[in-house]
Amino acid sequence: MIADVLTIAWKDLREVLLQSGTLRRSLRGLLFSFLVFGVFLPLQIGPDLVRQPVAILPFAWVPLLLASGMVADGIAGERERHTLETLLASRLSDRAILIGKVVAAITYGWGFMVISAILGLIVVNVANPGHGLLLYTPTAVVLLGLFGLLGAGLVATGGSLVALRSPTVRQAAQNMNLAIFAVVLIPVLLLQVLPVDVRRQVGTTLTSLDWPTIAIGLGIVLVLADLLLLAAALARFQRTKLILE
Amino acid sequence: MTDCAIRTDGLTREFGALRAVDAMSLEVPTGAIFGFLGPNGSGKTTTIRLLLGLLEPTRGTASVLGHDTRTEAGAIRERSGALLEHSGLYERMTAEDNLEFYGRVWHIPPAERRQRVHELLTGLGLWDRRREIVGQWSRGMKQKLAVARTLLHRPDLVFLDEPTAGLDPIAAAALRDDLTALARQEGVTVFLTTHNLAEAEKLCDRVAVIRSGHLVAVGRPDELRARARRDRMEVTGRGLDARIAGLVAADPAVETADVSDGRLTLRLRDGHDTSPIVALLVREGVAVDEVRKGGADLEEAFLALVGTES
Ligand SMILES: Nc1ncnc2c1ncn2[C@@H]1O[C@H](COP(=O)(O)OP(=O)(O)O)[C@@H](O)[C@H]1O
Ligand SMILES: [Mg+2]
Repeated sequence: MIADVLTIAWKDLREVLLQSGTLRRSLRGLLFSFLVFGVFLPLQIGPDLVRQPVAILPFAWVPLLLASGMVADGIAGERERHTLETLLASRLSDRAILIGKVVAAITYGWGFMVISAILGLIVVNVANPGHGLLLYTPTAVVLLGLFGLLGAGLVATGGSLVALRSPTVRQAAQNMNLAIFAVVLIPVLLLQVLPVDVRRQVGTTLTSLDWPTIAIGLGIVLVLADLLLLAAALARFQRTKLILE
Repeated sequence: MTDCAIRTDGLTREFGALRAVDAMSLEVPTGAIFGFLGPNGSGKTTTIRLLLGLLEPTRGTASVLGHDTRTEAGAIRERSGALLEHSGLYERMTAEDNLEFYGRVWHIPPAERRQRVHELLTGLGLWDRRREIVGQWSRGMKQKLAVARTLLHRPDLVFLDEPTAGLDPIAAAALRDDLTALARQEGVTVFLTTHNLAEAEKLCDRVAVIRSGHLVAVGRPDELRARARRDRMEVTGRGLDARIAGLVAADPAVETADVSDGRLTLRLRDGHDTSPIVALLVREGVAVDEVRKGGADLEEAFLALVGTES
C-alpha cells in the first residue's frame, strides 16, 4: 500500500516537474514563485522575517497555491487526458491512487514552501550583513513546518474533492481558487465592515490571547479537518462511480 | 484453474432505459485470442468494463480468471492487462517513464523491469525512441507503446478495446502483426474488441458477434463467414430488372431481393431450396451469366450477420 502510494506520488510529481512539452513554462512559473516568496518578500520584510513569527505568514500562500494546482492536475487532469481509466484498470486500489495524489500535492506545496523559506533566510542574511547570523525562531520553524504541512494537507484533500467534481483541470483550478479566496477573504472583508469599536475589541482580544494554546488548538482542528476531508474524498473516489462520470 | 478465462452468465448492464449489455452468456477459453465483434455502440466497451470490475452489472454474473467480477475484481485486475478505448499514456512523459511507472505499479523488481522494457520496446521497434515525449508521437506508435504497457507485467489475460481504431491501414496492419506475434510468444489469453471483421478473422481463433448488447453468433471466424455467406445469392446477367426482383422476392426461400447495376442480390432464408429461383429466372427470359452463393465480401457478410434481427 505504501509502495503504491509512493508510486503514484512519484509519477504525479515527475509528470508536473519534468513535463518537457511545456518545461520552460512550468519552470518560469516556479521561478516566479521563488522570486516572490524567496527573494522579493524577504527583501521587503528584512530582519523582521526572523524576529516576528507573523512575518512568515506570506509563505503560507505557496503551499496553498501549488498544492491546489497539483491536485487539480493529478485528478481532473487524469480524467481530462483520458489516463484515469487505464490507471483504474490496474492493480492499484482506489485508496492508494487517491492518497498518492494527495501526498504528491502536499509534497509539492510544502516542499516548495520550505525551499522558499530557506532561500528567504539566505537572502535576508546576505542583504542585512550588520545583524549577525539571522535564524528563524523555533516557533517560526514549527509554524512553518507543521502548519504549512497541515495547510497543504487541507488544500490537497479539499482540492481533491473539488477536482473530483470538475471535468477539466481549468475548471478544477478555478473552483479551488474561488474556494481559497472565499476562505481567506471573507473573514478579512467581514472585519472591514464591522464597526470600528468592535474591530478594535477583536484586535485587543486577539493580542491578549494565549497564543501557544491557540496554536495547539488550531493544530488539532487542522489535523481533524485534514482527516475529515480525506475521508470524504476517499468515500467519493470509487472506480465504479468514476467510470460513469 | 478452469479452462475458461472468462465465463459470463446472463450478464446485463443497463444505463437508465438503455440496455448496453443484454443477458450475455459467453465463454472464452484460456489461451484463446478471442474476438468480440460488433458495430459502434453495440456494448463492447461496456462488456470490458464489466469484466474488469470497473462497472457493476445490473444483473447476471461474470467470472474472470476464476474470480467473480463483483466481489474479487481486485484479483482480476492483478492478473490482467488492459488497453482501453484511450491509450492511457501520459503524454507529457517519455515512453520509458510511462513503462517505468507501470512497472512500479505492478511491483516488477528494478532489474527485471529494465530487462522487460528493453525486450518489449526492442520487439516493437521503439527502443531508440524511448526517451522521447509520448505526446509528439504518431497514433500508431502510441498504440504500440500502450501494447507494451499492457503486456509489461506478463498478465494472464489482456483486454484490447479496438486497438487499431483510428490508425491508417499500414499502421493498423503493423500493429496486428505485432499483436499476433506477441500474443503467441507470451501465451496470453486475449479478449479483443473490433468492429472490423477482417481484423477479427486475421487475429482471432474465436469470435463472438454482438449487436445491441446481445450475442448474435459465436464460433471460428471462417465458420461465421460461411454462415453469413450461406444466406446470400448473387445473380448477374441480362434482363434483370425490378419486375424480376419482385417475382423472385415472392419465392419462399427469399427474404429480400434487390437489383442494381444489372446485378440481382438476394438475402435467403435458412433451409430452403434455391434451385427454383434459377429456373424462374430462366423462365422469365433472363440471360443468366453467373450465379454465386455467398459472394459477399467480409464486411458485407458481417453486416448480414449483425443485421439478422433487425
Ligand atoms: N456511462 C454511460 N452512460 C450512459 N450510456 C452509456 C454509458 N456507457 C455506454 N453507454 C451506452 O451504451 C451503449 C454501448 O456503448 P459501448 O459499450 O461504448 O459500445 P461500443 O464499445 O461497442 O461502441 C451505447 O449506446 C452507449 O451510448
Ligand atoms: Mg467502444
